[in-house]
Amino acid sequence: MTTRRQILKGGLAAGAVVAMPAVLRAQAEPFRIGLLTVRTGPLAQGGLQMEQGLATFLKEKGSTLAGRAVELIAADTGGNPAGARTKAQELVERNKVGVILGPLAAFELLAVTDYVRARKVPLISLAAAEDVTQRHVNPWVVRPAASSGQCSHVMADYALKEMHLKRVATISEDFAFGYEQVSAFQRVFEDEGGKVVRKLWPPLNAPDFTPFIAQIGQVDGVFTGFAGSNPLKFLRAYADVGLKGKVPVTGGWTAFDDALLKSFGDEAVGAYSSTFYTSDYGSDSNKRFVAAMDKDYGVVPGAYSAGMYIAGQCVEGAIAKLGGKTDDKDAFMAALKGLSLTDTPRGPFTFDTYGNVVGDVFVRRCERQGGKLVNATVKTYEKVSQFWTYDPATFLKEPVYAKDSPPAKNLE
Amino acid sequence: MWSLLTINSISFGGLLFLLSAGFSLIFGLMRIPNLMHGSFFMLGAYVGASLAQRGYDFWLAALAGAGVTLIVGGLVERVLLRRLAGQPLAQVLLTLGLSFIVADLCLMIWTGDPIQPGTPAGLRSSVAALGTTVPLYRLAVVVLAVAVAAALWLLIEHSRLGAMIRAGVDDAPIARAMGIRVSSLFTFVFCLGAGLAGFAGVVGSPILSVYPGLDADMLPLALIVVILGGAGSLVGALLGSLLIGFLYNFGQAMLPDLSYVILFLPMLIVLLVRPQGLLGRVAL
Repeated sequence: MTTRRQILKGGLAAGAVVAMPAVLRAQAEPFRIGLLTVRTGPLAQGGLQMEQGLATFLKEKGSTLAGRAVELIAADTGGNPAGARTKAQELVERNKVGVILGPLAAFELLAVTDYVRARKVPLISLAAAEDVTQRHVNPWVVRPAASSGQCSHVMADYALKEMHLKRVATISEDFAFGYEQVSAFQRVFEDEGGKVVRKLWPPLNAPDFTPFIAQIGQVDGVFTGFAGSNPLKFLRAYADVGLKGKVPVTGGWTAFDDALLKSFGDEAVGAYSSTFYTSDYGSDSNKRFVAAMDKDYGVVPGAYSAGMYIAGQCVEGAIAKLGGKTDDKDAFMAALKGLSLTDTPRGPFTFDTYGNVVGDVFVRRCERQGGKLVNATVKTYEKVSQFWTYDPATFLKEPVYAKDSPPAKNLE
Repeated sequence: MWSLLTINSISFGGLLFLLSAGFSLIFGLMRIPNLMHGSFFMLGAYVGASLAQRGYDFWLAALAGAGVTLIVGGLVERVLLRRLAGQPLAQVLLTLGLSFIVADLCLMIWTGDPIQPGTPAGLRSSVAALGTTVPLYRLAVVVLAVAVAAALWLLIEHSRLGAMIRAGVDDAPIARAMGIRVSSLFTFVFCLGAGLAGFAGVVGSPILSVYPGLDADMLPLALIVVILGGAGSLVGALLGSLLIGFLYNFGQAMLPDLSYVILFLPMLIVLLVRPQGLLGRVAL
């Protein structure tokens, strides 16, 4: 006669037998995540934020994503293309990673894009470099952060319709990320009836921006795509010349990032920016994320760390879809691209057929609240695509955003 | 716009002089091509800026920044550079390597977040001049540069200490025979140069902000100024700084696509026509 207890025992044993191989396999062989970060040189600040964001996510999950143990292997690219390429190769061939997260900069992504395509390695990018998800789609890349132009399109719309700026000067670093942001801004701004009357391109490491600011001239507003520490130098010189408060400043997602605010003084108050991540967003995962970043590192997270937290969520989502079986890379990539996440620090998002994110973009105004500088969200644009409101097919027939493309018709 | 550029040229030139005077001294007197000079600038800036941010008086913080680089400079000269006297290539490699180490140490300590100390109290306003607004602080930098130039000139050309240094440079064995402690004097010169660079870093920090890579951005400027003006000549460094200040400001405004050509081309021409620089002494 079988008792209930025996049935229970038998059931448990049977369950254990079924579960055992999967459990054993998971323990023996964790899923490896490779992170392309930057620990040395001028870009190291962003690299550090990337690592903090990902570490926060993995800590929250106990290094187990959807039942699968994961192992993180971080590699320092040195912030240059050759380093990024070498480290990507190391991650794949020596460390046998199942997915690469990062890199930080567009030129690093360009250096590894052919390699991950040839070796069929799924890559979740933080860096922009438009064409990787546009004219030269890399089927092994998804970008849950934003293309360079994605947030600038939004800023242009807001500057014209809500700030009522008509004539604008742009100023940004003389390199690809600057061109892509500024050209995107210019395109939407002029298509909707505004005029970009001056475009200024200081070199990346210009010591003093005053000579450029001196050329801004009579305009209603300024758009800047500055990144790294350049927004600080720019706004200080802007205030010194006496333009602060007279000519409003708008910026892209790196210009007035939340993580940068602690370095600013009052000269940042009143600056508008558009971004895919804002630390004042109200989702559950973002509240947990912001609290954890404050507790562990004493920082307010910006788009670099949030971008990696979200990349971690993408990995988790894909593993969950595949039931932990991550060996089939094509299936893994398909699972990534088919993700539709709802509770993330940036809100709900999906990917378009090119692998780029379709998600909310926030316009914020920098304000001083309780003695601290904060970016207060003033408007949310929902489900923004990298093509803005343009038809993708028509959009892709035009050349990629560059220094003189599309040409500026209203320069004075 | 032109008046703003003119005034900014002079103030940027003042900052460049503070940066390059030390380099000119070390290179001109000791013949050491010190590629750590940008690192001293950045290290001083970090120390000073973080002290100023914690609420210490800005000028006190500037002296602290100068003090730290002075000590580091002294150690580098005493412990390392001394062994490489007369070997310029080894000196270049050593100082280049040390500059990478300093850069990574700064990254470790200050974590790469840019710092921008507030403009010192009393210099926050701006004055209207020549139809434009000029921040008072940028004028103060010019005054400071002139004061430092005068003090250095008096020290090197019109003091007993300066005479001993010049004697040590011109003929070290004879100077030693006369009882001059040449090695101590050289350490003094190196400390002075490093300290000046650190001081310049703090003075420049409200304008430039402090960030990883500041060293590499400033070192080429110091090199251009000194090669243009002539190594070892303080008046040359002053002239070179002003020239580069004007070339940088007007060059960026008028020929932005050639911004680096405009800085380096005059240096190349001067090297071709007058290898010792505009006011440099003929090489010994």
